[in-house]
Amino acid sequence: MELLGLFHYWVFAILLMIGLYAVIAKRNLIKKLIGLSIFQASVFLLYITMGKVEGGTAPIIQTGSAEQLFSNPLPQVLILTAIVVGISTMSLGLGIVVRIKEEYDSIEEDEIQEANKQ
Amino acid sequence: MSPESAMLLAIIIPLVGAVGIAVAARWHVNLREAVTLLTAAALALTVWSLVPDLMEGARPFRHLTEIVPGIEIALQAEPLGMLFAALASLLWIINSIYSIGYMRGNREPNQTRFYIFFAIAIAATMGIAFSANLLTLFLFYELLTLSTYPLVAHKGDEKSMRAARVYLGILLTTSIGLLLPAVIWTYVVAGSGEFTPGGILAGKISGPAVGLLLGLFVFGAGKAAMMPLHKWLPAAMVAPTPVSALLHAVAVVKAGVFTITKIIVYIFGIDFLFAEPSSSWLLYAAAFTIIAASVVALRQQNIKRMLAYSTIAQLSYIVMASAILKPLAEIGAAIHMVSHALGKITLFFAAGAIYTAAKKTEIHQLRGIGRRMPWTTAAFTIGALSMIGVPPTGGFVSKWYILGGAIQADNYVALATIILSTALNAAYFLPIVYLAWFAQEENSDKLTHGEAPLPMVLALTITAALTVGFFFFNNPVLELEAQLVRGLT
Amino acid sequence: MTDWGPHLPALQVILPMLAAPLIIALQRHRLAWVAATITSFCSFAIAVALTRGVLDGQQYGYLMGSWPAPYGIELQVDAFSAIMLLIITSASSLALLGARDSLDVDIENHRQPLFYSAWLLVLAGLCGMTVAADAFNIFVFMEISSLASYILISGGSDRRALPAVFNYLIMGTLGATFYLIGIGLIYLMTGTLNLADMEQRIHEVSDLKPILVAAGFITIGLALKAAVFPLHGWLPGAYTFAPHAVTVFLAACSTKVALYLLLRFDFFVFQPNLSGHDIQFTYFLMPLAVLAIIIGSLVALFEQNLKRLLAYSSIAQIGYILLGASLVSSAGLTASIVHFFNHALAKGALFLAISCLAIRCGGTLINDINGAARTMPWTFSALVVGGLSLIGMPGTAGFISKWYLISAALEHGGIGIALTAVILVSSLMAVVYIWRIVEAAYFREREIATAAPQEAPLLLLSVTWTAALLNIYFGLMPELPVTLSMSASELLLEHMP
Repeated sequence: MELLGLFHYWVFAILLMIGLYAVIAKRNLIKKLIGLSIFQASVFLLYITMGKVEGGTAPIIQTGSAEQLFSNPLPQVLILTAIVVGISTMSLGLGIVVRIKEEYDSIEEDEIQEANKQ
Repeated sequence: MSPESAMLLAIIIPLVGAVGIAVAARWHVNLREAVTLLTAAALALTVWSLVPDLMEGARPFRHLTEIVPGIEIALQAEPLGMLFAALASLLWIINSIYSIGYMRGNREPNQTRFYIFFAIAIAATMGIAFSANLLTLFLFYELLTLSTYPLVAHKGDEKSMRAARVYLGILLTTSIGLLLPAVIWTYVVAGSGEFTPGGILAGKISGPAVGLLLGLFVFGAGKAAMMPLHKWLPAAMVAPTPVSALLHAVAVVKAGVFTITKIIVYIFGIDFLFAEPSSSWLLYAAAFTIIAASVVALRQQNIKRMLAYSTIAQLSYIVMASAILKPLAEIGAAIHMVSHALGKITLFFAAGAIYTAAKKTEIHQLRGIGRRMPWTTAAFTIGALSMIGVPPTGGFVSKWYILGGAIQADNYVALATIILSTALNAAYFLPIVYLAWFAQEENSDKLTHGEAPLPMVLALTITAALTVGFFFFNNPVLELEAQLVRGLT
Repeated sequence: MTDWGPHLPALQVILPMLAAPLIIALQRHRLAWVAATITSFCSFAIAVALTRGVLDGQQYGYLMGSWPAPYGIELQVDAFSAIMLLIITSASSLALLGARDSLDVDIENHRQPLFYSAWLLVLAGLCGMTVAADAFNIFVFMEISSLASYILISGGSDRRALPAVFNYLIMGTLGATFYLIGIGLIYLMTGTLNLADMEQRIHEVSDLKPILVAAGFITIGLALKAAVFPLHGWLPGAYTFAPHAVTVFLAACSTKVALYLLLRFDFFVFQPNLSGHDIQFTYFLMPLAVLAIIIGSLVALFEQNLKRLLAYSSIAQIGYILLGASLVSSAGLTASIVHFFNHALAKGALFLAISCLAIRCGGTLINDINGAARTMPWTFSALVVGGLSLIGMPGTAGFISKWYLISAALEHGGIGIALTAVILVSSLMAVVYIWRIVEAAYFREREIATAAPQEAPLLLLSVTWTAALLNIYFGLMPELPVTLSMSASELLLEHMP
């Protein structure tokens, strides 16, 4: 039970591995980028889930029970920044793929390597 | 001029000269040659102006820069280095006169590059001679290697390129691979690398480590051409003869044995090494090189290659003399640097003169050449006699002292080696002398040449005269070098 | 007059960052170049001022918006960051100065302002990584500099740069994300991102698994960015096909900043808190360093493309830096940090010389430069000086680092002798690969069909020679880098238990 109690870490780890696998194993540049995206998203999830504090409260006056699940704002802010970074990376990556397609007329890694050898 | 700045000037003058040569060459070749000679003369004056101070026991010291805290680049004159610098600077003048005749007589290409790198090599030699510590020595040692590379590769054809690669390969491999760790090791265990009378390593290191460190130093100084690291010297003979004469008979090779002698005297200290059995291998290694190189020289047909192997043997004489570790032998080592330099430069000058005048490079071609080139052949004869150690030549004096040291140390291996090698030297030099003077010349009716160009004959006559002169007037040198071992038994 | 002194750490980052968008507005490419160069030299001046302050014993801690640490964002400059800032800003300034001549060949005029803008973003990002005292800001600056440097590398006309940069992007992002996971885990355990605060709070949870895992993630992430063997795959391609000026800049400093962070994190945060971590650190990094040195040099021996050859040599040199650090001793760290500086000098000079010959000889293959030294004597003599420094000849900067590295290794007995042998063998390999270049340039004949190349443009040439002379200057008077490295290594070791 202990193991499953930390299920959100398992989700993180599984997503991380899926992403990493795609990045390494796929030869298509777009698929690689998709893998990278999943890989990054898993990290976002890690931050979000760990930002939940049981029994914490926001620093505002509340009525009623204080015992609740509270979201620490700091990881959320951090991850907002990381998402922005991720989007920039993704768009730059896609931009490069477009340029590669123009120059090599292919987005398959093997074919590009083949073209470079000539 | 204070002696401190004279040492610095000795390094700067040839460097300035190198720039001057490059500039002067744009106007006229004669101007370029004038700059070379002027630089050489200025250098000799500067260096020789230090001699009186040294004779009185002064040890001028000049700090240049500190490259690592506590580890500086500095210059200091002491008897051994003084002798080396004085010798090299004097011979540079003579060699420059000779070079002019040789380079023009053979219409060599890229003469300006030749003179520039020659001057830089001399600056490096001065730096080696006046180095105050191991690091400074190492710095100029590497500079000498690099600056002589273009001289060896001078011709630029496939053969000289390959030779230059061997040259650079062996010298850099040994210096970076062996000498540098030895230097750093010394700094780490002794905390300094200053050349100090009596040595700095006594008590800091003991047992087999001493022999190992000595080995790193001796083989690291690859310029000393100890077997099996001697291959670069015959390879370097593809260079124009003035290079072989001054650099590969005097400056470069002497830089190697000078390094070894200086390290034995000032870093290890001869008493310390004498008491340390693990260092005794050096004597045997040197003795082996002497005999083996002499045997190889016996079989050579090419004059310059034969001279190269003779140099290898003679260099190991100096190493062996240092390795006897007795005062008389250390003096003998120092003197042998002088007498071998004078004798060998004469021999190379003669070989170059024969090549320039008659285009002959092989020993068997020398039959009867004495009648056409009497001055050259006479000088060759004097040089050969000095190599064997026959009076009245300089070679006799140094051999006398080395023998004295060997007897002082009851060292029969050294004694036997000297006797055997003298016989071998005679066996490969005397037949040539006989051939040149008394054999019948072949197809003499087709040959028209006479002596080599005047500057060359002049140069080789001077060095031959110096070789004989050193037999009679060696007292100042002895006095100077006696300071080296003052206070030792 | 306002005293700017305390604001210098912030200005170091803000100046190039603000200048970057402004430069786009300068439509003319020459004007953009002038503005970028001036900005870069101003940051260099700031770095010099900071270094002087550090040498005088001043502490620079800067609270952004005056929010107190650990809640606000803190910037910090000490001896280690000072030497890094000097390397980054001087590399950028010299490379930009030389870029005028070499970039015109590579990039169309109308795109140049954008290019210079990206350049300044790289500069801002690298400076930011160096001065930031908080783990998340380091990540942000890292991504700013990485994204902008992908643009710089792919900005050239060589189409092979595109797959290379794509590869770099993937690897770089993986590295940065690993790093992000690492700091996430630490935040999870300690609730702080400020490095100094982290060091304190981690005491309570030290030796727990998540901290160890975090150390692993951060080390691997940064090692990816630093091209530590065997994670170096992206580097040769990126260096080879980037515009020459960019190679000068990035080769001199970009991987070093990641190494800088690696050392900083490890010694500030993990060493004091994980028992036995120094041994893990040594056992993990030393074999990698040795492999990097040997394999990098070996590959360089057989390379035909000069830029790729030097890129592999960089991988070996990163190995040297790592080797010094993996000794975890004062001498070793000093050697390592001195080598940051000296390797930047040597590689900077070499790549500058390469950009000189690339625009004249029509390529960077070794056959392109056959016999070129006869008509380009200045370029090739600068190349020789840089090469000698890379080999570690005495009298050049490279010798100083080699000296420190070998003395540091010799402190360690038997393994030290083996390491010394590795260092010396790889120095000899450096002799061989540098000499291949020299021999081709000086002694081989040029093919008759091609015209003899002219000497490089004056500005680029004088920049190249400045770099070459700096190699000699810091080989003879290495006081500045050595003093800084010694106090930096003291700083790092202060935190050791």
